[in-house]
Amino acid sequence: MLDLKDFTVKIGENTVISKMNLCIPEGQLHIIMGPNGSGKSTLTQAIAGNPAYVAEGHLSYRGHDLTLLSPQERAHLGIFVAFQNPVVIPGVSLITFLKTIVNAHRKARGEETLDAADFLTQARNCAELVGLDESFLYRNCHEGFSGGEKKRAELLQILLLEPSFIILDETDSGLDRDAFTLLVELINRLRNQNRTWLVITHYDHFLEALQPDCVHVLWKGMLIEQGSPHAVKEQLRVGGYQGLASRKGVLES
Amino acid sequence: MSQDDGIINDFLKQDYQYSWETLIESHSFPPGLNEDTVRAISKKKKEPEFLLKWRLQALAKWQTLKEPHWLAGHYDPIDYQALSYYSAPKSLENAPKSLEEVDPILLETYEKLGIPLHERAALAGVAVDAVFDSVSIGTTFRETLRSAGVIFCSFAEAVHEVPHLIEQYLGTVVPIGDNFFAALNAAVFSDGSFCYIPPGVRCPMELSTYFRINAMNTGQFERTLIIADRDSTVSYLEGCSAPRRDQHQLHAAVVELVALEGATIKYSTVQNWYPGDRDGRGGVLNFVTKRGLCAGDRSKITWTQLETGSAVTWKYPSVILKGNRSIGEFYSVAVTKDRQQADTGTKMIHLGKNTRSKIISKGISAGHSSNAYRGLVRVGPRAEHARNFTQCDSLIIGKNARADTYPTVKSTNHTAHIEHEASTSRISEEQLFYLAQRGVDQETALSMIVTGFCKEVVKELPLEFAVEAQKLLQVTLEGSVG
Repeated sequence: MLDLKDFTVKIGENTVISKMNLCIPEGQLHIIMGPNGSGKSTLTQAIAGNPAYVAEGHLSYRGHDLTLLSPQERAHLGIFVAFQNPVVIPGVSLITFLKTIVNAHRKARGEETLDAADFLTQARNCAELVGLDESFLYRNCHEGFSGGEKKRAELLQILLLEPSFIILDETDSGLDRDAFTLLVELINRLRNQNRTWLVITHYDHFLEALQPDCVHVLWKGMLIEQGSPHAVKEQLRVGGYQGLASRKGVLES
Repeated sequence: MSQDDGIINDFLKQDYQYSWETLIESHSFPPGLNEDTVRAISKKKKEPEFLLKWRLQALAKWQTLKEPHWLAGHYDPIDYQALSYYSAPKSLENAPKSLEEVDPILLETYEKLGIPLHERAALAGVAVDAVFDSVSIGTTFRETLRSAGVIFCSFAEAVHEVPHLIEQYLGTVVPIGDNFFAALNAAVFSDGSFCYIPPGVRCPMELSTYFRINAMNTGQFERTLIIADRDSTVSYLEGCSAPRRDQHQLHAAVVELVALEGATIKYSTVQNWYPGDRDGRGGVLNFVTKRGLCAGDRSKITWTQLETGSAVTWKYPSVILKGNRSIGEFYSVAVTKDRQQADTGTKMIHLGKNTRSKIISKGISAGHSSNAYRGLVRVGPRAEHARNFTQCDSLIIGKNARADTYPTVKSTNHTAHIEHEASTSRISEEQLFYLAQRGVDQETALSMIVTGFCKEVVKELPLEFAVEAQKLLQVTLEGSVG
């Protein structure tokens, strides 16, 4: 369970997330929607512990107070963020990078590190599952990858690391039809009672395809609505985000 | 203070690991430099007349030259009369005949540095000449090499065993008046390594020299001469370290390489002199002249260097491409941190037709250090169709380090083809955060980023040392993320 209470995030003097309350029970998939600049990505970064963001209030996962933990320690608890723009690491092949992150997690769990041959087999299989050609494994990490290829590379990491809490930050954006279908299939295959999801998206069709347990609407750093996919869609039908904000009386806040 | 600064500060906590000193009774000349000093060194080495004359010419030339201060990297003027120009362990006064006769404390010193000199313990496939202060204490695998016709010994021994080769080649690549420090070296050099590969021979082992400065207030002036005769091949590696001292130690070496027709010389350096403390006190002043001459057609010289030490480094391993179709290459990784200053690069002088050169330089600067690439590509009027490719990349860690590039091209031949690429990047907080989010600790993250950055150069090092070099890079940058 991920639990936020009175959770506030600032960048410099600006309050981007203000006094947010959000609870995602174990095994559930929640979606957060909201217009550009509403704080979706900031929320993601703050949960992952990016030091550029100053967070206050309560943030815990499975009973661990995340505010006391470094980004790396949070990762070792099973928290994974699929970023929109994974960084390029010149001169480091994707396969080397993948092996490093898998072994970092194994080490944290006190397990033996994998040898190169075992790892390669596993990485090849997972690459096939996310529709990434094997040749990408030997290319420099994320260098020259298209938007879709970057997202597949992030999904590949999910398959290898098997995290228990996954944040998808607009992973559906910019995907072609086939890639989108594959993404939905993968997510649905990975869903189980021990894995919890927070999915950030702009699009209704993702919402329909995933059938989340709950949908939240984020407006200027505040959650202004939550409910079933059907209920939230109805709310947004008239006047979009702005109409909803207006009816909630938070348009000018 | 940002996270990044915190990371960098931790990096600076890493200490130099070869800072210990060997306690041994040495015989040193009293400080001071004049004709008598030079005569005394020459006498100590029982040198032939031609060499003494050569040294005295160099001294006379040096006295007319001015200490250079125009490069990147500040140092206070050196008092040359306060330095001692010769220091050798007493036990080596009567040159030991073999390694078995060498004082065990010296053998232990090299053991501790990871360079065991007993042949059964030695790194297989690598012959080592160990130089301690001003003298060579011994060379391993000499017999194995001799049976292949290869001469590999200390410079002092070569002067007695093959004086004709010394007389023929010494100073032909780096003349005595080349520059201030080269002239000083020519006057007072005490030892170094010599290597000759006969025609058609592929040297059966890696050759290596390990330099250790131990004595206080002593300059180290070694001289290395490598001659690769027609169609021969040799790979040579140089390593070095020095104990911690509060005063600067001067290291002014000269390396000359001669590659005759069809010969190949690969010269690699892993330089790890004491860099001084965090505030810039002490450390080695590394003012070295390294130059290779591709004398014959189709000859090839490759310089590969991994520079992590020294307070100030000035070093431009260069190649004169005289033979037609000769090739010069320079691969360099220079790492600076704390108050270290490095000004390093290369010169590729194209004289022959269809000559080719390639320069790959990677500078990594952290802390308050500065790291400059300075290079010259010159194409002479007769160097038809000469080609050069240069790539200079800088990686900056933290906010207080600096990187500069000074590439110069002088071409007097319109058929020349010269390409230059350069980049400067910073290890970004974004990169470090991304890797942390993937559960990677910051040491490993930095090491991965740096390894990727240096890959093109490290793969050029001899296999036996590539792993070692990788470790050295990691140790040097250890703690740079915390």
